[in-house]
Amino acid sequence: MAKIVNRPFRGGSPRTLMKGKTEKAKNFKKTFKIFIKYLKPYRLKLILVLLFALAATAFTIASPKILGQMTDVIVRGLLNHNKIDFVQITKIGLGLICLYAASALFSYLQSWIMSKISQKITYSFRHNIAAKISRLPLSYFDHNEKGDIISRVTNDVETISQNLNQGLVQAITAAATVIGILIMMLIISWQMTLIALGILPLSFIFIKLIVKHSQHHYDTQQSSLGKINGHIEEMFSNHAIVKAFNGEERSINHFDDINADLYNSGWKSQFLSGLMMPLMHFISNLGYVAVAVVSGWLALMGKVSIGGIQAFIQYMNQFTQPITQTANIASVFQSTAAAAERIFEFLEEEEEKPETNNTPKIKNVRGRVEFNKINFGYFPDRPIIKDFTAQIKPKSRVAIVGPTGAGKTTIVNLLMRFYDIDSGEILIDGTNIEKMKRSDVRSLFGMVLQDTWLFNDTIAENIAFGKSGATREEIIEAAQEAQIDHLIRTMPNGYDTIISDSIDSISVGEKQLLTIARAILADAPMLILDEATSSVDTRTEILIQTAMEKLTKNRTSFVIAHRLSTIKNADLILVMQNGNIVEQGQHQELLDKKGFYYSLYNSQF
Amino acid sequence: MKYLAKYIKPYLIGLLALLFFVWGQSYVNLILPDYTAKIIDQGIILKNINIIWSEGTKMLLLTILGGLCTILIGFIAAKVSAGFAKRLRKAVFDKIERFSLNEFNIFSSSSLITRATNDVQQIQNVLSMMLRMSLLAPFMGIGAIIKVYQLAPSLSWIILTAICVLALMITILFLIAIPKFTIIQKMVDKLGLQIREMLTGIRVIRAYNNDQKQQLKFDKTNTELMNLNILINRLISMMQPAMTLIMGLSAVAVIWAGAYLVASGHLQIGSILALTQYVSQAIMAFLMISIIFIIIPRATVSVRRINEILSIIPEINDPAEPKHLTEKIHGLLEFKKVDFSYKGSEQAVLSDISFIAYPGQTTAIIGGTGSGKTTLLNLIPRLYDVTGGAITIDGIDIRDLPQHELREYIGYVPQKASLFSGTIKSNVAYGRPSASLTEITEAINTAQAAEFINDLADGLDSAIAQAGNNVSGGQKQRLAIARALVKKPPIFLFDDSFSALDFKTDAALRQALQNNLKTSTIIIVAQRISTIMQADNIIVLDNGKIVGQGKHQDLLTSSAVYREIAESQLSATELKKK
Repeated sequence: MAKIVNRPFRGGSPRTLMKGKTEKAKNFKKTFKIFIKYLKPYRLKLILVLLFALAATAFTIASPKILGQMTDVIVRGLLNHNKIDFVQITKIGLGLICLYAASALFSYLQSWIMSKISQKITYSFRHNIAAKISRLPLSYFDHNEKGDIISRVTNDVETISQNLNQGLVQAITAAATVIGILIMMLIISWQMTLIALGILPLSFIFIKLIVKHSQHHYDTQQSSLGKINGHIEEMFSNHAIVKAFNGEERSINHFDDINADLYNSGWKSQFLSGLMMPLMHFISNLGYVAVAVVSGWLALMGKVSIGGIQAFIQYMNQFTQPITQTANIASVFQSTAAAAERIFEFLEEEEEKPETNNTPKIKNVRGRVEFNKINFGYFPDRPIIKDFTAQIKPKSRVAIVGPTGAGKTTIVNLLMRFYDIDSGEILIDGTNIEKMKRSDVRSLFGMVLQDTWLFNDTIAENIAFGKSGATREEIIEAAQEAQIDHLIRTMPNGYDTIISDSIDSISVGEKQLLTIARAILADAPMLILDEATSSVDTRTEILIQTAMEKLTKNRTSFVIAHRLSTIKNADLILVMQNGNIVEQGQHQELLDKKGFYYSLYNSQF
Repeated sequence: MKYLAKYIKPYLIGLLALLFFVWGQSYVNLILPDYTAKIIDQGIILKNINIIWSEGTKMLLLTILGGLCTILIGFIAAKVSAGFAKRLRKAVFDKIERFSLNEFNIFSSSSLITRATNDVQQIQNVLSMMLRMSLLAPFMGIGAIIKVYQLAPSLSWIILTAICVLALMITILFLIAIPKFTIIQKMVDKLGLQIREMLTGIRVIRAYNNDQKQQLKFDKTNTELMNLNILINRLISMMQPAMTLIMGLSAVAVIWAGAYLVASGHLQIGSILALTQYVSQAIMAFLMISIIFIIIPRATVSVRRINEILSIIPEINDPAEPKHLTEKIHGLLEFKKVDFSYKGSEQAVLSDISFIAYPGQTTAIIGGTGSGKTTLLNLIPRLYDVTGGAITIDGIDIRDLPQHELREYIGYVPQKASLFSGTIKSNVAYGRPSASLTEITEAINTAQAAEFINDLADGLDSAIAQAGNNVSGGQKQRLAIARALVKKPPIFLFDDSFSALDFKTDAALRQALQNNLKTSTIIIVAQRISTIMQADNIIVLDNGKIVGQGKHQDLLTSSAVYREIAESQLSATELKKK
C-alpha cells in the first residue's frame, strides 16, 4: 500500500510512568451529554449515593463541635470547684460514638453503591468498544494504529473508572465539607474565622507560584523521560546491530546527554512539586499559631470557650484537604472528559454499510468467479485497479504474481469483501457479492495467509476456529490431512498446548500448517492461499506444499504465488504491478507477450 | 542491595543532613501542642494575657523553623533521589550496552527495556517518597506515643488500642486484597491481549465469521473483571470510614478518660487538647508506615530486577594484550574446527565447522531452519564467542583483536533488517558516521534502494520511524544493506538478507554486489537456492554440521541434503540448466 506514511510515533508512553499534564477535551459539552446518557440508568442510585455522601459529611462536620462541648463541660466543672458533671459527659460521649458510627456507615454505603455503578459503566465502555471493532470496515484498521485503539480500551477506560469511583463523590463531599466547616467556624467565632480564611489567599498564592515554576520543569522532565525511554527501547531492540557497527559509544554518549537533562529537570520539578504539601502544612501551622493566640485572647474576654477553641482547631485541620480536593475537581473533570471523548470518537467512527435482510445465498457452489470492469482504490483519489475484467472457471487455479509491494493482497481484500469495490461487479456463480451478506461471501472461502494468525488458546481451539462446534475427531482429522498431527502430538500437552508469543517451539512453517488445518476443517468451496516465501525450512515447505495441494483439489483457488512450479501449473496468472493487474493469461502465453511477466520471470536467473 | 549501595554512597552526607532536618521537623510538630496547652492552662484559665503573647511568639518562631526544615528536606530528597536514579540508570544502560548476545538473551529485550526504564523510575519514586515522607513517620509516631506517656501514662492504652485495631484491620484487608490485585492485573492483561487479538487477527476472524465468538470471549473476561473490581473496591473503600471512626472514637476516649484525670488533679485541661492532637498524629504516622509497607515490596521487585543486570559479569572482553591487523588487511577468514553451544544447553548448535572464505569470493551457507546458519555468522563479529576451535582473519584469532577493531572490518546485514529512527541518510551513515554524501549515494545505488528513495518527497532526508515501521520489508532490507556497504569493510556478512526482495530486485542487487565488491570476502546465508547458485563455495549445514561443500553442480550430485533443497525449489529444467 502507501509507501511512506508518516505515522505519529508513540514511544514508550511516559503517560503510564507519571501523571501527565491534564488533557483537555475538544468538545466538552458534547462529550458531557453523551456521558450523561451512560449515567442515566443509574440515576436513582446516584441520588442515593449523593444523599449518603451528604449525610456522612454532615455527621463528620458536626462531631468536632460536640467534642468541644464535652471539653466545655470539663472546664465548667473545673471552674466550679472540680465538680465535673460526669453524667453529662457520658451522655455527650455516647451520642458522639453513635454519630461517628453513623457517619462511617453512610460513607461506606455510599462507596458500596458507587463501586458497582462505576464498574458497570466501565464494563459497558469496554463492551461497546469491542462490539464496535467488529462493525468497523477493514480500512479503518489499515489506516489507524492498533496501539491507539488498545490504549482507549485500557488507559482511557481505566481513567474514567478511577475518576468515577472516587473523583465524582470526592468532589461533591469536598464542596459540602468546605461549606459545612465554614458555617461551623462562623458559629464558633467570626473573628477566628477571619484569621483562618486570611491564611487561604496566602496558600493560593504559594500554590500558584509553585505550579507556575514547576510546570515548566515538569514538562521538560516528561519530554526527557520520553526521549530516554525511546532511546533505550531503540538501542535494546537492535542490540546486535549496535554491536556489529560499533555503535555502543555513540549510544552511551547520547544516553548521557539525555540522562543529564532528565536529572536537571527531574530534581527541580520534584523539589518544587514536593514543596506543595509541606508549604501547605507550614501555612496551616501559621494559621494554627495565629488562631491559638487570638482565641486565647478571645477566651480571656469570654467570647469563646475552650471547647470552642478545640473544635475550631480541628476544623482548621480538616479545612485544607477538601480545599485542595476542590482545586483538583476541574482537572478530574477534564481528564475524564478527555478520556471519554477519545472513547466516544471511536464509537462514532463510520461503520460498514448495513446489510439488507433480503440477500441472495448461493447453494451448491460451483466456484465460478467473474470480475466485471472492476475499479478500486484504497483512497478515493488514488485508484489502483482500473477496469479489471476476468473470468475464472469453476475448480481452476489462479496464481497472483508480482514484485513485493505490488498489491497482491488487494485481490484478497476484494474477494472477501474486506473492502468494497468502487465500481463494476464481482460475481460468484452469477451472484453479485455486493448484494450478498458479508458473512455469506466469506463463508465461501477458506483462507491461509502468510502472516499466520493464531490466537492465544489451545491448538485444538485454533484449528476449530474455522468451524464452531467441531468435534475432537474432526480436528484431529484436519490436522492429519495438514500433515501436522504428528508434530502436535510431540508437544507437551498435545492438542491442548496453548499457543502464546513466548512459545517459540512452533516455527513459522508449522504455524502455517496449523492454519491449513484450520482451512481444511472449515471446508469452504473456494480457497485463498498465500504461499510461504523464505523463512520456512525445506522439509516443512514440502509438507506445506503437499497439504496445499490436497486442499486446492476440486476447489477454485486463488494463490499468491512465489514458487515457479505453482505459477506454471496455474490455469490463470494475474500479474500485478503498482497495485494494478497489468497482465493475465497462462505461463507460456504471458512469456510470449514479452511484457512485464517476461522480464519478471527472466530476472530470476 | 550491595550493587545499589554503591550508587547511594556519594549522598551519605546529604542523607545525614536530611535525618537531622527530619528530626527538627518532627520536633516542631510535636512541641506545638504543648504551647497550646500552656496558653490554655496558664493564659486563659489563669487569665494572663502576657503568657498568651509570649508563648504565641515562640510558637511562631518554631513554626518558621519547622517550615525551613521541610523545605530543606524536600530539596535534599529531590537532589538525592534524582541523582541516584541518574547514576543507576547510567550504570544499567552502560552494562546492557556492553552485554554480548549471550548475556542479552538471558533476558528478553523487552524485559531489559522495562528494567532500564520503569524499574529505575520506580526505585526513584519510592526513594524520593521515603526520603520526603516516610522518614518522618516513625519519628512522629514514636514521638507522639512518648508525649502521651509523659502527659498521662494512664491514657497510653487509648493510643495503643487505636493503633492495634488499625493495624489489625489493615493487615486483614490486605491479606484479602493483595492476591486479588494480582488476579486483576492478570485479567487486565488478558483483556488487552484479547483486544490486540481482535485487531491483529481481524482478517482471519472476519474470514471465518467469528466476530460473535470473539465478542463473547471478550465479554466473559470483561464481566469477570467487573465483578472482581467491584469486590475489591468495596473492600478498599472500608479504609477511609474505618479510619475516621477510629480517630473519632479515640478522641472521645481521651476526653472522657481525661475528664476523670482532670477531676482528680492529675491532668490540666490544656493537656487534654494536646493529647487529642498527639493521638491523631500517632494514628496518621502509623497509617503512613503501613503505606510504606505496601510500597516497599513493590520497589524490592524492581531492585531485584536491576541487581540481576548489574551482577552479570560480561563474558566477551577485549584481550589484555591485543594484536592488530596490518593496514592492508586481506580479509581471509578461516573457521578452524569451530564448536558452539549456547550457555546451559546440552546440544551443540555448531560442531566441527572448518572452512575458508577467500577475499574476492562469495561463500554461501544453506540449510534448514535450526541448522545453525545465523549462529555461524554471529560468531564472526563476536556477538557470541566460539566454545571450541577458532576463527581467524588473516591468520589472527579474532579473540586476540580488540572488539572495536574487529567489528570495523565487518559489514553485517542481519536477518531482521531493522532501522533506527532518524532519516534515510542517518540510517545509512550509521555504518560509518564520517561517510560523505557521495559514498552514501553510492551505497544506496548498489543496494538498489535509489529508486524508491527518489520517489520520496524528501529523498535522503525522509524520516524513518522507530524500527523502520514506515517502510516496507524489502525497503528496510535494502537500506540495511546500504548501511553495511557504506562501511567499505573487507568482510561482508549477509544473513538471509534478500528474503523480502522480489526475484527481480534480488537478481539486480546480487549483480551490483558482484560488480562493486570485487575484492571483499562475502558470506551469504540464504534459504533461496537461486540466491546462492553462483557462489564460489557453498557450505551445506544440517543440524550444526557441514554435510557438503563445493559448487552448485557438484553439490547436486555429492550432497543429498542439497539436492533435496534444490528439488523442492527449482523446476526440472532449472535443475538441468547450468
